[in-house]
Amino acid sequence: MRQIAVASGKGGTGKTSIVASFASLTEAVFADCDVDAPNLHLILKPEIMERIPYKGMKVARIDEEKCTECGACQRACRFNAIENFKVMEEKCEGCKVCTLVCPVNAISMYERVTGHIYTANTRFGNFVYGLLEAGEEASGKLVAQVRQKAREVAEKKGIDLIIIDSPAGIGCPVIASIGNTDLVIIVAEPTMAAIHDMERILSVAEHFKIRAVVVVNKYDINEGMTEKIERFCKEKGIDIVGKIPFNKKFTEAMVKGLNIVEYDENIAESMRKIWNKIENKLK
Amino acid sequence: MIITVASGKGGTGKTTVAVNLALATDAKLYDCDVEEPNANIFIKANLQKIEDVFLMNPSFDLNKCTFCKKCAEFCAYNAIAVLPSDILFFPELCSGCGGCKIVCEHDAITEGKKKIGEIYHGKNEVEIYQGILNIGEARAVPIITKLKSYVNKQNTSILDAPPGNGCPAIEAMHGADFVILVTEPTPFGLHDLKIAINIVRKLEIPFGVIINRYGIGDEGVEKYCKEDGIEILMKIPYSRKIAELYSAGIPFVKEMKEWKRNFIEMYEAIK
Ligand code: SF4
Ligand code: SF4
Repeated sequence: MRQIAVASGKGGTGKTSIVASFASLTEAVFADCDVDAPNLHLILKPEIMERIPYKGMKVARIDEEKCTECGACQRACRFNAIENFKVMEEKCEGCKVCTLVCPVNAISMYERVTGHIYTANTRFGNFVYGLLEAGEEASGKLVAQVRQKAREVAEKKGIDLIIIDSPAGIGCPVIASIGNTDLVIIVAEPTMAAIHDMERILSVAEHFKIRAVVVVNKYDINEGMTEKIERFCKEKGIDIVGKIPFNKKFTEAMVKGLNIVEYDENIAESMRKIWNKIENKLK
Repeated sequence: MIITVASGKGGTGKTTVAVNLALATDAKLYDCDVEEPNANIFIKANLQKIEDVFLMNPSFDLNKCTFCKKCAEFCAYNAIAVLPSDILFFPELCSGCGGCKIVCEHDAITEGKKKIGEIYHGKNEVEIYQGILNIGEARAVPIITKLKSYVNKQNTSILDAPPGNGCPAIEAMHGADFVILVTEPTPFGLHDLKIAINIVRKLEIPFGVIINRYGIGDEGVEKYCKEDGIEILMKIPYSRKIAELYSAGIPFVKEMKEWKRNFIEMYEAIK
């Protein structure tokens, strides 16, 4: 089973539009791991087959009746999740330390459904995605479960490729999304901010020993910066597998709920070339 | 007053808004996007490190350990595995909660510090504080928490939040007096804006919306805000000039003076 993750460091560089276009170009199980802001389903338009409740970390709750307001829990909680003898669920990490230190056993842990994992059919094939309820923690854990489910689907259907849409950033859900993949595709943009972020996500890939390639999106909005990306990648020995010009058609396609390959034949051709290069990397 | 600039979807122009707002109002800027801090690309201050951020990590004294497994049973993150005569510890899973040390009855666990990031400070036209997460580390929240300890409610403080709707973004909003949600007028922008609005409402913080790159997509965001009675604080039109200035790391209030006024007016209205 081969797994590819599409990541970017900086958000909004066009990751999801690119992943969605691959759906027209290859057979794969697609997995949206951007679980706190998923967008891929807006293009793939899934017909949901299975909806699996996801239980995140348990959270602490203090029984007001029993609580003597001694403050032991507040002092012990390293996540500052308890204030005025109430647990702020959005800050609680579920570590249970407060239950250990409470002298009157006023605290217990509760399990809650904090999101869902969906398996679905789309006009392109199989799709798995996760959706965290607003403001819930532990997205790394949900990412791991989305990927697990995607593997199960792929095995059952005899598909040997999984394409993962990773969230932005370099922290917990990103590490969970790109870890143990065969290739990570970094979508960069020729802006100072995006180059800085690209360098950091490339270091993360290197840190976890994952092979990386770069796609430069909107390369013509600042060609000088694009050259900078090219120089940087050359020095590091990282291949640039494609350069995509800025084109309003990407947004138009998104507004229509289509991927760019479906929407515009010319751009489809260049996306196909990019995909072929990526596929060659997997061989 | 603390204003957090957040977005749900990444790349909608959060940093642009935070930087330009800070410059226009002479506020202090806090870059809470510790995974990918970008604000100083625009401020260009000479940053100095002012603090390291640590996470506590247990270590195990195998001479005292009886391999009773109490710590592994307690750890909610499966960071410890106890073998018949050894302990396996997975630092990347550890939250640093300190629970294992409390449950160990044989005094076999001590805690040490592991560095996970840094806090920087600098000043150019405005003062900027920045947190940064070390490569390979998963936990951004403790760095944001530390960074926020430098926020002084007396001043106007602008917090540039990380993208997304996960724990780091929530930590950047927690305790703010007002949240500005920056979005773009596309289906992706609208979808993630709705999630972000749910969070801000849960946190009970007053908020308003800025539509960036106004004109590129559809009317979905505007319609949604109107129907839901959500205030649109500002619309920043899509303009090649703004995009070019952005790509070169230049805040657009510097080159397009009329926008300085717009940001000041918006700030006055929020106050
Ligand atoms: S479970 Fe842990 S994080 Fe949650 S309130 Fe208790 S001590 Fe704090
Ligand atoms: S400090 Fe907490 S999270 Fe870390 S190993 Fe100990 S019990 Fe587990």
